[in-house]
Amino acid sequence: MLQRSKYKVIREVLIEWIIRICGISAVVFVFAIFLFVFWQGKGLIFSGDFDFWKFLTTKEWYPASENNPRYGVSALIAGTVSVTVLAMIIAVPFGLGAALFISEFCSPKLKETLKIVIELLAAIPSVVWGFIGLTIMNHLIMELFGAPIGLTVLNGAIILALMSVPIIVSIGEDALQAVPDSYREAGIGLGVTRWQMVYKVLLPAAKNGLLAAVLLGVGRAIGETMAVLMATGHAVHIPFDAEFPFLHGLDSVRTLTATIAAELGETARDSSHYQVLFIIGILLFTITFAVNLTADLIVKGVKGK
Amino acid sequence: MVAETAKLNIDGLKLSYGSKQVIHGITFDIQPNEIFGVIGPAQSGKTSMLKVINRTIDFTADAHVEGTVKMEGQNVFHVKDVYEYRRRIGMVAPLPVGLPLTIYDNVAFAPRSFGMKDKDQLDELVQRCLEQAALWDEVKDRLDTLGTMLSGGQQQRLTIARALSHQPEVLCLDEFSIAIDPVTTMKIEDVLKELRNEMTIILVTNLVQQARRLADRTMFLLNGDLIEVDETEKIFSGNAQETKTNEFVSGAFG
Repeated sequence: MLQRSKYKVIREVLIEWIIRICGISAVVFVFAIFLFVFWQGKGLIFSGDFDFWKFLTTKEWYPASENNPRYGVSALIAGTVSVTVLAMIIAVPFGLGAALFISEFCSPKLKETLKIVIELLAAIPSVVWGFIGLTIMNHLIMELFGAPIGLTVLNGAIILALMSVPIIVSIGEDALQAVPDSYREAGIGLGVTRWQMVYKVLLPAAKNGLLAAVLLGVGRAIGETMAVLMATGHAVHIPFDAEFPFLHGLDSVRTLTATIAAELGETARDSSHYQVLFIIGILLFTITFAVNLTADLIVKGVKGK
Repeated sequence: MVAETAKLNIDGLKLSYGSKQVIHGITFDIQPNEIFGVIGPAQSGKTSMLKVINRTIDFTADAHVEGTVKMEGQNVFHVKDVYEYRRRIGMVAPLPVGLPLTIYDNVAFAPRSFGMKDKDQLDELVQRCLEQAALWDEVKDRLDTLGTMLSGGQQQRLTIARALSHQPEVLCLDEFSIAIDPVTTMKIEDVLKELRNEMTIILVTNLVQQARRLADRTMFLLNGDLIEVDETEKIFSGNAQETKTNEFVSGAFG
């Protein structure tokens, strides 16, 4: 019999469609979320008295004022950027270093242990991290630096760094493992030291994966809400200026995400305050999109070379 | 064959991975400036033997080595500086491994790592190695393109140039012709005939005829046992001492 049974044909078509729907759903969800956020905020955007440029560049954030509510997010953007950048300065060397150690330098037994511990680290809920920031780190920073309050950029950055490191480590380690062993053998066979081999051969070969690891860490840091809300002090303030050392790590700040989390529950639905929080959502969406897009372009650029 | 003048002495070499023994005690020596052919079917321990010789076996976690390997009388497992030792040995893998660097950097990688910084000196060395590997004319105008962009045969010659870059005393070739065409193979074989004046060559090959063409002496390994080692003429004459050797070189198995 050359004809396949009807049942088999139908089953195959069915399976194909289920898989297709699964694939498309990812795209649909992203668009749906974006549309929803946009929809919630659109009333204010098109109301005529909303100046987007002013929204971005002024730092007065008085959304609850009776007579004169002002919505300026530059301080919030500064908060997000400062905490994220400082967190990455701490997390990237640690994360990549740990990935290198686990992948190349440690014994198989230690490797298994470390991987399990790092996965455990990734599984700690963010509110627990926030709690650590609020209590332990707070006191530590007050004592070490004599600061009046320990809920600062530095506190949030350290907490965020601790949260991003497991991601950077596990993705980075995967990237290093993906480099074929023949590269290692070829390098070592040339009589160079292990470190020279890692530096000259392994890192260039794994750079795309390592870059992806770092950017996923950045994504995590930008999007994190609860921990930074608890650890950074929640003060609308720009923590840097034009003079050295530029960034004041012991200032309290407030991030975009923390603002949404803290204020959304307090606002009346469809009030302008409510809508402006959704515009902040769009802004966050745009920032993470830009980060991911840059990452893609860089990776493609590296490949095309 | 007087032992004192040998380049390499391998004595009672046993190698196991975990509980699985892959080399069961082999003893032979390699003379200076000879081309030493090693033949045998897959799983004979040929590649593992090379890994022991340049001590990259150190990185295989469950490998266990017994017996001695001596280079000019010195036990290679007791050398003070293993990196220094590995530099004395050039290794060419079966499939070309173009490191993710430019052609120039591929060849300059090892000398730079040992501290050679002078640009003219490096240029000269890179050119000489590429010439020795019969690749210079094909790549001299594009030394700054990625080594991985070359064709398979060119990449293999690049790995040979790279192996020559640290001026080894012993050059190990592990089935180098597995991924390249016959014409390129012949080109490289000519190169090897030249190189033997400067160094000792261990030629592990899957083509028994290649050993016949090039090797002064040939060793036949089978399942980790040394069946026979003798003058190449003798091995291929059909009158080798062991019947298994005669059967293998005449294509009865393997």
